[in-house]
Parts: sequence; C-alpha cells; structure tokens
Amino acid sequence: MAMAETRANPPARSGPRFELQTLGPILALVALVVIGTILNPDFLASQNITNVLSRSAFIGIMAVGMTFVITAGGLDLSVGSMTAFISGVMIMIMNALIPALGTNWSVILVGMGAGLAMGALLGAVNGFLITRMGIEAFIVTLGSMVIFRSLVTWLADGGTISLNFSLGSLYEPVYYGGLFGIRWPIVVFAVVAVLGEIAMRHTAYGRHCAAIGSNEQVARYSAVHVARVRMMTYVILGLLVGLASVLYVPRLGSASNSTGLLWELETIAAVIIGGTLLSGGFGRVWGTVVGVLILGLIDNILNLTDLVSPYLNGAIQGVIIILAVVLQRARKASR
Amino acid sequence: MTATLATQTARPAPAPDTPVLALRNVQRSFGPIQVLHDVTIELFPGEVHALIGENGAGKSTTMKIMSGYLAASGGTVELDGAPVSFAESREAEARGVTLIHQEFNLAQLLSVEQNIFLGHELRRGWRLDHAAMRARTRDLLDRLETPLDPRAQVSAISVPEKQMVEIAKALSRKARVLIMDEPTAALTTRETEVLFRQIERLKEEGTAILYTSHKLDEVARIADRVTVMRDGRLVRTAARGEMTVDQMAEAMVGRELSDMFPPKRPADGSEAVLEVEGVTIGTVVQDVSFTLRRGEILGFAGLVGSGRTELMEGLIGVRPSTGTVRINGSPAHIHSVEAAMAAGLVYLPEDRKEHGLILTQDMRRNLTLLALKKFSNILIDKRAEAAALERAIREFDIRAPQSDVLIGNLSGGNQQKLLLAKIMLAEPQIVIIDEPTRGIDVGTKQQFYGFIHTLAEAGHSVIVISSEMTEVIGLCDRVIVMRRGRIAGEVTGADVNEDDIVRLAMGLEQKGNGNG
Repeated sequence: MAMAETRANPPARSGPRFELQTLGPILALVALVVIGTILNPDFLASQNITNVLSRSAFIGIMAVGMTFVITAGGLDLSVGSMTAFISGVMIMIMNALIPALGTNWSVILVGMGAGLAMGALLGAVNGFLITRMGIEAFIVTLGSMVIFRSLVTWLADGGTISLNFSLGSLYEPVYYGGLFGIRWPIVVFAVVAVLGEIAMRHTAYGRHCAAIGSNEQVARYSAVHVARVRMMTYVILGLLVGLASVLYVPRLGSASNSTGLLWELETIAAVIIGGTLLSGGFGRVWGTVVGVLILGLIDNILNLTDLVSPYLNGAIQGVIIILAVVLQRARKASR
Repeated sequence: MTATLATQTARPAPAPDTPVLALRNVQRSFGPIQVLHDVTIELFPGEVHALIGENGAGKSTTMKIMSGYLAASGGTVELDGAPVSFAESREAEARGVTLIHQEFNLAQLLSVEQNIFLGHELRRGWRLDHAAMRARTRDLLDRLETPLDPRAQVSAISVPEKQMVEIAKALSRKARVLIMDEPTAALTTRETEVLFRQIERLKEEGTAILYTSHKLDEVARIADRVTVMRDGRLVRTAARGEMTVDQMAEAMVGRELSDMFPPKRPADGSEAVLEVEGVTIGTVVQDVSFTLRRGEILGFAGLVGSGRTELMEGLIGVRPSTGTVRINGSPAHIHSVEAAMAAGLVYLPEDRKEHGLILTQDMRRNLTLLALKKFSNILIDKRAEAAALERAIREFDIRAPQSDVLIGNLSGGNQQKLLLAKIMLAEPQIVIIDEPTRGIDVGTKQQFYGFIHTLAEAGHSVIVISSEMTEVIGLCDRVIVMRRGRIAGEVTGADVNEDDIVRLAMGLEQKGNGNG
C-alpha cells in the first residue's frame, strides 16, 4: 500500500463490480444448480427446493446477523449452542404454562417472546464481555458456546426436551405452513436478508460497522460509538438466533444436546463464502445469502445422488470455505 | 561488531572514483504507465546524496529499485561498478545495501533487541546469545543517544524511538549503502541533531547515504550532493552550495514559488470562542489554560511528547480530562467526538493513516464518515454524498484518477486534503489541525496553508499543532509553546521567532518575551 502511494498510476478501484471475486459466489451457485439438475431431474422440483430453502433458512437468518458481527471485526462461535439452549428453555416455558393457560396460541406467543428476549439477552452478554470487558470475541464466544451446550444438556438431563404433543401440533404450521405456499422460515429468511442488505449498504449503521472493522481508531476519531455499534452487532445476532429458534422448535418439537450442532461453523462459512472479509471491514449480506444457498445445495445434491457419499459433505464444504478465502486473498493482493 | 559482517568487510574496497551503487538510465513502468524515465544516480562512499522531489516524483520507486524491493524495467543497477540485479531486498541487504523505510518495518510485539537482530540473531552454538545481543543493542542505542530499554516492546515505544530503532537496526547490519526515506519526518529537532551526528559518523566510516526529506533546510545542511526529481525524471544534480533552498523547491515544483505563507491575519477582535481552564489529562497534560479567539490561527509548538496532541485529544473527548472548557462562553462537557462535533469542535489527527482515514475504503465513504448524520435519514442519501465529494474535490483541489479510488492509493497530500474536507463537512466553528503537512510535498503544503488561511477568514477559529517551526511561525499570529505537559509560554505578533519558541520548548532561560 505504501508502494502504491508513491506510484503515479494507482489503477486499483474500490468497486470491483464485475470481477471474478465478486461474481465467484454467484457463478458457483449457478454451477451447483446446473450440476444438480443434470444429476437428478427432480432437483428443481418445488418440493425439493422448498426443502433445501427451509432447512437453510435457520443458518441463513443467523448468517445475516453474523455478517454484521464479522464486518465489525468480531466473531461469534456460540450461535449453534445458543439455538439449542434457547429452544430448550422455550419448550420448558411453554410446557410449564400449559396447566395455567391451556393448550392455545397464547402459550406459544409467550414462548416465542421468551425465545427472542433470551436471544437478545444472551447476545448482549457476549457483546458486553467483548466490548466492555475487552476480552477477545473468539475467547468469549468459545466460552459461551461450551456453556450454552452444557446448560441445554443439563436441562435435558442428558436426553431430549420435548414439547407437549398437542401444543406441538398447534405450533407446527409456523415451520410447515406458509405464505402463498412459501414456508414461513423461507419468508422470514427473505425478509431478514432484505432488511440486512439495506442496513448494510444504505444506513449509517452498516457504514459504521465497516469502518470499525477496517480501522477502529479512525472510526473512534470519526465520532463512531465503537463499543455501542459493536455491542449492537452481538445483540442483533442474538435476536436473530432467537428468531431462528422460534422457527426451529415447531420443526421437531424438541431440543437436545445435539440441536444446532456445528451450526456456528456453517454460519461463519456461509458469511465467508459470500465474500465478507473474516478480518472485518467489508461485508455483503447478499453474498452471505448466496453462501447459505451454496452450502445448502451441496448438502442436497449429495443426498440426491449416489455419485459421492453424503458423508463427504463436510469435506466438500471445507474445500469450498478454503477456496473462498483463497479468492479473497487474491483480491487483497490485487489492491 | 565484526562477527556477523565478515563477508562484507572482506570485500575489496572500490577505487574512490567508482560509485559504490549506481543507477544508469533506469526505467520503471507499472503496467502501461512509466513512472521512471532514464534515471541515473551515483552514490559514492562517504557521501550524503539527497534525493528530493514532490510526492509522486518517483523517489520511492528509485529507492526501492536501489534496495532490491523492485526490479528496474530497463537500464542497469551497478554495485562497485559491476551490473547486479537483486532478486529481492534480502540479497541487497546481504551485499550491504539497506533501506530504512519511512513506514517502519518493526514487529510490534517483539522487543527492541529482538527487532534489531531479527533474521540476524547472534548465536552461541545452537542457542541465542541474549547477553551479546543486549550489549550490542545498548551500544547502538547509546550511539544514537536514545535512552531506551533493549527489552522494551516495540508497540510501547514512541514514533521517534521507533525511527531510532530502525536506524540502529541498519547500523547493526553495517550497511555500505544506507538509503533513508524521510528519516526525520517523525523526529524532533533534538533527535534530528542526533541523527545528523550519526550520519556524519557513518560518512567518515565510508558509508554512502541516500537521503530523502521534504525538509529542504535539512537537505541543504547535510547533503554533499542533491538530486532533484520531478514526474519520474531527473531535473538536476548539484553539489553542496550550488542550489539554495528556494532553488531546490522551484526545481521540485517546476515553477517559481511565491511566498509559502499567505499574509498573517490577526484575530477578528477579542471575542473568545474557546476558553480552556485548568485542563489536566492523566499525567501527560497538567493544568493547561488558554483562550482561542474568533478567526484566529493559534499555533501550538513544543517537542514531540510535550502533550500537545494529548491536550487536543482531551478537548475532543477521545481522552478523559478534568478542568473547564467553555465554548462561546457557555460550559461544554465533551466526552465523545460526537459531543465535540455538536459543540462545533473538530480535530484533524496527527496520524492520518492510523486515526484519520480508512485506507481500504473509497473517498466518498471516508469523506462523509464523521458527518454521516447529515447524509442519512434512516437511509444514506448517496446522491448528496456524491455531490459533497464533488464539492470537496473542487474546493480542496483533490486529485484522484477516478472518484472510486481507494484512499490508500492516493498520495499523502491528496489524503490530507480529503481529511480536511472530511472534518469541514461537520461545519465546525473551531478546527484543530495536528501536523497539517506531515509527509506532504512543497506545492501541496503551500496550498494547505492557503486553506487554513481561508478557514480563518471565513470566521473559523483554527488551532495548528506543528513540529515544523517555519509552519507555526509562518501561519500563526500567536504561538503557545508546551513543555512536559504544561504551557511553557506564549509568543505573539512580531515576536514570533524560532529562537524564542525553541527556548521555551527546551526549557531554556527566557530572554524576556513570552509570558511563561
């Protein structure tokens, strides 16, 4: 960078709008759709697409929040076990309320409210420890990841926490039902993604996140409330984890030790594949959405075809994550 | 001292009339654009050769080719009269050619001694010889008159100290050719003197030194020969005394420079805009009081570390402070940059790359970051932003190849102009500018002085902190001198001269003028 400064010819542009690095994730997604269609004619059937999308929605909703966290130079490893913990507590609260309120929507609404509130609260705890106590995000959220996982195991006494069966049936449409034939999780994911994209690109908040992730000192001298903005990224992510849990509980009606296992990795992977810099300073929500879809489609294609064992899903995802970062490196070097 | 350097000292000494390092008709292109045309420079043993030119003139590229960081696209590099092509900087270093970067290449988390011996550690058998390295480090730092603990972590030492560590590192490698890229940019007058004594000493030992600086009076003082570059070409090479400082500046700019500073202007009456009373910031600023008047350009002089920057950072709420601050007569409680901005007070930081601008973002985003509220009503109005950028480019004469260029790819002068435009978007009443022209070329400096003058004329009150004496003297009608966190005195009107300021800054005996 120091070198480029002294040159008379700085050709580097800030908006590499049509470069491979920008188009890369989209091309990968298109390629996956083509491959999927060739390998299995049922791939594009609406039933299959609905399945892929509604399963990806949980990761997707969290990944939008994660995009802000990472853009602002942070990280959150706790989202997977946070989902399990929130789901477990939600179910216990709802079960406990049935004797008093009966099996009806008011119980479910209380449960949903509790899930969202818990998400925001747990995110705030992470954020507080990171921004106010000055502990590294990796350490804080590694700790809270283990704590949440342990708490849900303890609450379930090593087994499964199950939602009351008839309440579960009442709650089911929140996952299986939908709007104009599109399932609710997909609708919610779409809304969250659109709002996230707008917030990232067109609001002062998104600008501030990128500024903090690029250079915290410059942000501070530019009247950005660094701690507050960063804290908010964790609260928003927590809230979105709560929202994902609210949609997840009606799917199986239970929570256990293995709920949301490795979701944090899939979430972070989706963000990175989408082109957001892991070191912070640059994030794009639409990229994250593409990343989520790529991960979901790989899983789906492996399950639909016999070409490669589905057990290799993780290996393929791993290769793609590393590839995405290699592309980012190329982009940095070209600056 | 000689143990690690046997390979170099064993080399036969070249005849005195052979340059130790020379560039002959060197060309260099980046892509389609040629940035060096036919550059021929010779460095002789025991000679200080100054290379001067505006930012973008090709000095850095020239230095990088000499020291193996870049290859020439055409022409030859000669070492001891024989053509060489350094594959990389390590090879150049091994053959005695060392570049001291303007931006330091120090490992922040390692100690001073670890940095000095990085890659050249002294060993005893297979173990590191810590005692020997520490002793040598002490020795080198003593020579540089820098009282620094060899075990101190580099991240904890000051910028001038880092510069000294870089120089110590080069000295430890026994360079035959030492290329110094603006070594005094971050140094105080005293530290500069120490450096000059070292340069004299290295000359006597037969080291060839290539020296770049924007401070032409320094160049006139220490250079045996001066080469001026402009737009990637050599303009002139002259021996000591053949060119005056003014002629150097004119050769660099390619036109005649009228007076660098606009005529001084007194404050618009006595109306106090900012009153500071008994401000204390930790242990670095003690009980500081001063008043700033409307339309005034008030200078703050002092040595690096005298507390000037810390005082201003306290005033804008970046550092916690105690004491009273009144703006337009009413008490202001400023605990954040935002509150300072709301009170009409903005600060242009000393270090534009660390505190001022985001190098990896474009001009538009950098320009509006501070005053972003003015551009957003839930959503950011990008059209208004683009218009503001266009205005800023026009008003402050910012030269960029295209408007979406990354800030890091702009020259220092253009970065500084954009930074000024950025803080002015907040529509402040009081503007604090810390080191307005650090590392920018003569032509842009002059422009910048004009901007500051225009601001004052438009009724803004300006505080200028500068370590360049000529700057505070040329710009300010009143100069406050700080020393060790306190105000040492004030120099005003016709009395503003370098001697008085230096005396106050160094804590020397007063000659009668100044209030402290």
